[in-house]
Amino acid sequence: MSSLYILPIGEVYAEILKNLEIGLWETLGFDIAYLPKMEQTDFALDKTRSQFSSTLILKEMMKRIPHDAVRVLGITENDLFIPMLSFVFGHAQVSGKLALISTARLRQEFYQLPKNDELLFLRTVKEALHELGHTFGLLHCADTTCAMSLSNGIQQVDFKKDDYCRDCRILFNESSKNYKMNGVANFKMSSEKLKL
Amino acid sequence: MKSHWNIMVVDDEEVMRESLAAWLREDGYVVDTAVSGKDAIEKAPQKEYAIFFIDLKMPGGVDGIETMMEIRKLHPEASVIIVTAYATVDTAITAMKEGAQEYIVKPCNPEEISLLVSRIIKIKNLQRENTILRKKLTKQYNFYDIVSKSSKMVDIFSLVKQISSLRSTVLIQGESGTGKELIARAIHFSGDRAGKPFVCVSCAALTESLLESELFGHEKGSFTGANSQKKGKFELADGGTIFLDEIGDISAKLQMNLLRVLQERKFFRVGGIEEIEVDVRVITATNKNLAQAVKEGTFRDDLFYRLNVINIQIPPLRDRKEDIPLLVNTFIERIGPEVGKEVKEISECALKLLLNYDWPGNVRQLENAVERAIVTCKSRILSEEDFSFLNSKSSETQEWNIPHDMTLEQLENQIITTTLQRTHGNIKEASTILGIDRSTLYDRIKKFNLPRN
Repeated sequence: MSSLYILPIGEVYAEILKNLEIGLWETLGFDIAYLPKMEQTDFALDKTRSQFSSTLILKEMMKRIPHDAVRVLGITENDLFIPMLSFVFGHAQVSGKLALISTARLRQEFYQLPKNDELLFLRTVKEALHELGHTFGLLHCADTTCAMSLSNGIQQVDFKKDDYCRDCRILFNESSKNYKMNGVANFKMSSEKLKL
Repeated sequence: MKSHWNIMVVDDEEVMRESLAAWLREDGYVVDTAVSGKDAIEKAPQKEYAIFFIDLKMPGGVDGIETMMEIRKLHPEASVIIVTAYATVDTAITAMKEGAQEYIVKPCNPEEISLLVSRIIKIKNLQRENTILRKKLTKQYNFYDIVSKSSKMVDIFSLVKQISSLRSTVLIQGESGTGKELIARAIHFSGDRAGKPFVCVSCAALTESLLESELFGHEKGSFTGANSQKKGKFELADGGTIFLDEIGDISAKLQMNLLRVLQERKFFRVGGIEEIEVDVRVITATNKNLAQAVKEGTFRDDLFYRLNVINIQIPPLRDRKEDIPLLVNTFIERIGPEVGKEVKEISECALKLLLNYDWPGNVRQLENAVERAIVTCKSRILSEEDFSFLNSKSSETQEWNIPHDMTLEQLENQIITTTLQRTHGNIKEASTILGIDRSTLYDRIKKFNLPRN
């Protein structure tokens, strides 16, 4: 059976991974599996910027796609960039197999605010849904509450929901139907279970 | 619609070029890349580009400013954004002087670049909308407004072109909603008479006497209520075309009057004594089987032959389902802005539903269904749910109500007649549909004394 693989890139906080796994399973309806952690990340480090190149990490991820992968989602705690921009929350191949997210700017501490794990977990799921949405051909959505809306700052991430809007859901369902064993609606869990 | 806009990223550095292109693609733009100024100048004529991102410093002899100057010759409407890692006042001034819309220093904030691109595209969208609206105004009744890629319709289009400048009468036959009037308009507006009047009369909408007065006009006092002289539609159409819709519904008296006009190109106004001569091309249409009406004696055969000089049979929508996606997109594009809705597309499942539907009301029914779905739709994409009103009527689930007093023989007669009408008398096709062999079908046609057409 095909799975959506999570690939930790460098050290990633275990609780983030657990919550991400449940959030993705609940919202997308795929089986979730893990790939062994990518230990070396230095190849992507830009010393002058002290950030990691998302393009180079995606290139490295290409070599690790299992044959039964629905998609591979890379997750790193390092701050990501593309040369043109000062940072990116994530990066994906539109209609491809790979998506990548960073939790660096999803932490409250990045903005000199007190730590808040619940919020971090929720933001991580939102960004994962966003980047994975791109891999299913979804583009940025004009509905600012949709997970597919463009986020250039953390306020926009917090404003959107951890789910797709009706339109993006239709497109996602159509694009992902070949991988599905069951309808996504059947996968909805209680919010209590999500909180762990 | 972002996907309609092309952007080109010009940079010698691969990571820079590909990552910016990928980032813009996530936003829905179609993005091409060029590895140098020379490459960009070669690729630029191939498409219409809205924005060029050009790196200022590139090796290979052609730098960013020179590339921009060449690009601006090829695409004067395009916006150029100069990108550089090192900002100096001099280079910025030069870039702006030479026509760059913006000058950005990398790395820049994602918000800044998003706002910049969306601002440029917003202006481009307005410019494009303006051009489309202008074109629409001039194309309103143009021949090409009939949307179809079906081979049967393409044959009709070519026939329309051939006959558009003749004066011969045309009889257009087809089910209700297939676009008979549009074909009539196409004949008129693509021929020599395009600059003259095109006058439309629905013969079923008026009583015999009113229709007579409507077609031929009347003199003052010719009947109660005729307070002044009135010109008829034939006079109003002089030099142009008159389109008589639902011609199968006119009375015997009017059939005779019409025959006279067709033969002599002359007529009298109601109550008039002066003969009026006109040069009018007559196009008629009906959803009835006129040949059958002639056999039954309800329609004059001499008039039928006069009207039927050129015959055009418009196929029903169910026989050209390949047109449904094309028609739906055309309707979405037109109706969305008309009703003030931001609907942009239709989902695959919804389109499948429309393709499986039989469309007894043809293109008109499809147009109404799309309009209803757009009006009630709460998002940008028409889904299956938006067409749920069709489900109860779809051919698969439709309940077949057989009249209580119908015999098996009558039922057989009805089925064969309908199938023959659908296949326009094609026996082979009809026998395949009915699942019987040709000789059996022939026997039945003889037995029930059915017209082949």
